Amino acid sequence: MKLALGPLLYYWQRDAVLSFYETIAATPVDIVYLGETVCSRRRELRLADWLGIAGRLREAGKEVVLSTQVLIESGSDVTLLHKIAGNGDFMVEANDMGAVHCLERKVPFVGGPHLNIYNAPTLQWMAGLGLKRWVMPLEMSGSDLALMQQSRPPGLETEVFAYGRMPLAFSARCFTARHRNLPKDDCQFSCLAHADGLMMCTRESEGFLVLNGTQTQSARVYNLLPELDAMRELGVDVVRLSPQAQHTPDIVKLFHSALTQQVSVIDAMQAMSGLMPDVACNGYWYGKPGLDQIPYVAGQATLAARGEPALSPTD
Amino acid sequence: MNSIVDRSPAPPADAPATTSMELVCPAGSLPALKAAIDHGADCVYLGFRDATNARNFAGLNFDEAAINTGIRYAHDRGRKVFLALNTYPQAASPQVWRNAIDRAAQSGVDAVILADPGLMHYAVTHYPNLRLHLSVQGSATNYEAINFYHEHFGVARAVLPRVLSLTQVEQVVEKTPVEIEVFGFGSLCVMVEGRCALSSYVTGEAPNTNGVCSPPKAVRWQETPQGRESRLNGVLIDRYADGENAGYPTLCKGRFDVGDEKNYYAIEEPTSLNTLALLPQLMKMGVRAIKIEGRQRSPAYVAQVTKVWREAIDNCRDNPHRYSAKPVWMTDLDKVAEGQQHTLGAYHRPWK
Repeated sequence: MKLALGPLLYYWQRDAVLSFYETIAATPVDIVYLGETVCSRRRELRLADWLGIAGRLREAGKEVVLSTQVLIESGSDVTLLHKIAGNGDFMVEANDMGAVHCLERKVPFVGGPHLNIYNAPTLQWMAGLGLKRWVMPLEMSGSDLALMQQSRPPGLETEVFAYGRMPLAFSARCFTARHRNLPKDDCQFSCLAHADGLMMCTRESEGFLVLNGTQTQSARVYNLLPELDAMRELGVDVVRLSPQAQHTPDIVKLFHSALTQQVSVIDAMQAMSGLMPDVACNGYWYGKPGLDQIPYVAGQATLAARGEPALSPTD
Repeated sequence: MNSIVDRSPAPPADAPATTSMELVCPAGSLPALKAAIDHGADCVYLGFRDATNARNFAGLNFDEAAINTGIRYAHDRGRKVFLALNTYPQAASPQVWRNAIDRAAQSGVDAVILADPGLMHYAVTHYPNLRLHLSVQGSATNYEAINFYHEHFGVARAVLPRVLSLTQVEQVVEKTPVEIEVFGFGSLCVMVEGRCALSSYVTGEAPNTNGVCSPPKAVRWQETPQGRESRLNGVLIDRYADGENAGYPTLCKGRFDVGDEKNYYAIEEPTSLNTLALLPQLMKMGVRAIKIEGRQRSPAYVAQVTKVWREAIDNCRDNPHRYSAKPVWMTDLDKVAEGQQHTLGAYHRPWK
């Protein structure tokens, strides 16, 4: 299985982004997704800048994929989409069907996690358009993934979002600007102040969701590290980690060590507890509410992913 | 396998020969369907009684007998019936959705409203004369996306997510041969439809997968010393002081704390979309249909909203230059609106 770094979902200063990817070049990640997927008002980096980073990462031996914006609204959004789709060099992750329309039958492409590929007939149909790799929807369980894998067309790669705060929803409204009583058109780039997004708590002071401009994320951190064996058994090709402001290289290294069995799941999860911006969750993988955390018990993850009943500790 | 089809949408024989703006109204039950037809709906949309549609609520929707009665009632009066099959077929049971297409095609509905490409492919392959509409759950917000569904499946109409400004709607209309339907009134999703998993994050069930948002079975009301609390699977969504109107705990419409800002609608107020004021512009730019939200609402709601919108559309069509939304219409609609208030939503830029 390969390790991928998903697109940076937050808005950071240009220098911070450049130095982040310098660091990433030295990590054992295999694939890096680049580009602004959340908001067209985020212009610290232009397409040319992203292409520059892409070139340097390629020199460092990484496979680079350019990701398109998830919510495309304006004419200029479509223009940028055309430029990314027609870049002629790097593979593209399509994050809406408009992007698929621009790529289909021209070049192989990646289908991002928001394309809503929930069933085998759709996966097979999309493969006929040139889908080379698909990213499973966040909501999909391990047992549903097992079904998808059984009828996956030959040659099609499967990627799973396996670490990070989950991008759960997209809106035309900017919730970060709203927090400051600013209209989106004059947002004063409020997102720059929140490198890991802006925490929204319930009135019981429980972290609930994270406001990231027009995107809403889970407060809890999806962490499927304990499921790496299960994913391998299911024939998952790529495991996606989502960037965060601190410790991303360490997270990459821990996943790599767990993948190469240099560290046990229990030790890796213990090391990770100090590196995550919030507590872990894994409910979606088990077909439960996404914020649930099903405790890891050695030897059971694979069974759960197959949809078979887990053994009780006394069995 | 991926055949390009370009089928001209074939209107049913009894449809009026006009391209004027259609009023598309919700029918969560047979009485609601009749209320919509009796008060002037051109079309009604409805769903089967299962997870194949995005209003999968107990006591709602149509079984075989009701759907046949409903279609007859509408067709006898020259109106159309659309069937929403707009959730995403799940990995374990795509056959349930395919069976729903079979039933829809055999029932004689005028169109099916779909979101899933695999299901569209099935429909086109097996029922080439079945008219397809792209659901709002398909999240197509730009002409490239809409034309994708048109080229592959001959989709005749697309329902736009409630995220575009008026100018952006116009740009889409200009660049696609597909008819455009927009939401005119009803509860407002602040998120792009088809791109929101907030409900499954909290409850395990969401629109894409189960056809529900913030499902009633996950709701708990509690009286506490701090006030009346609404919870969704244990998560506190809102807390009401004495005398405050308590709304349904749709999770994006609760009050939360962000930084120093305490107890505010961090995502969206409970409010209804109401675009009566924009009708002349929508009509002029060639929007083909106005959709009213609310299959989960009562026949009385459907009757009230349909009546106002029928009058408004006729009024606007006959006198586009002298049209203005009458105060009595707005008052009547606010009475049935979520939170008893309304907004122009994304059509109006400052909302964003």
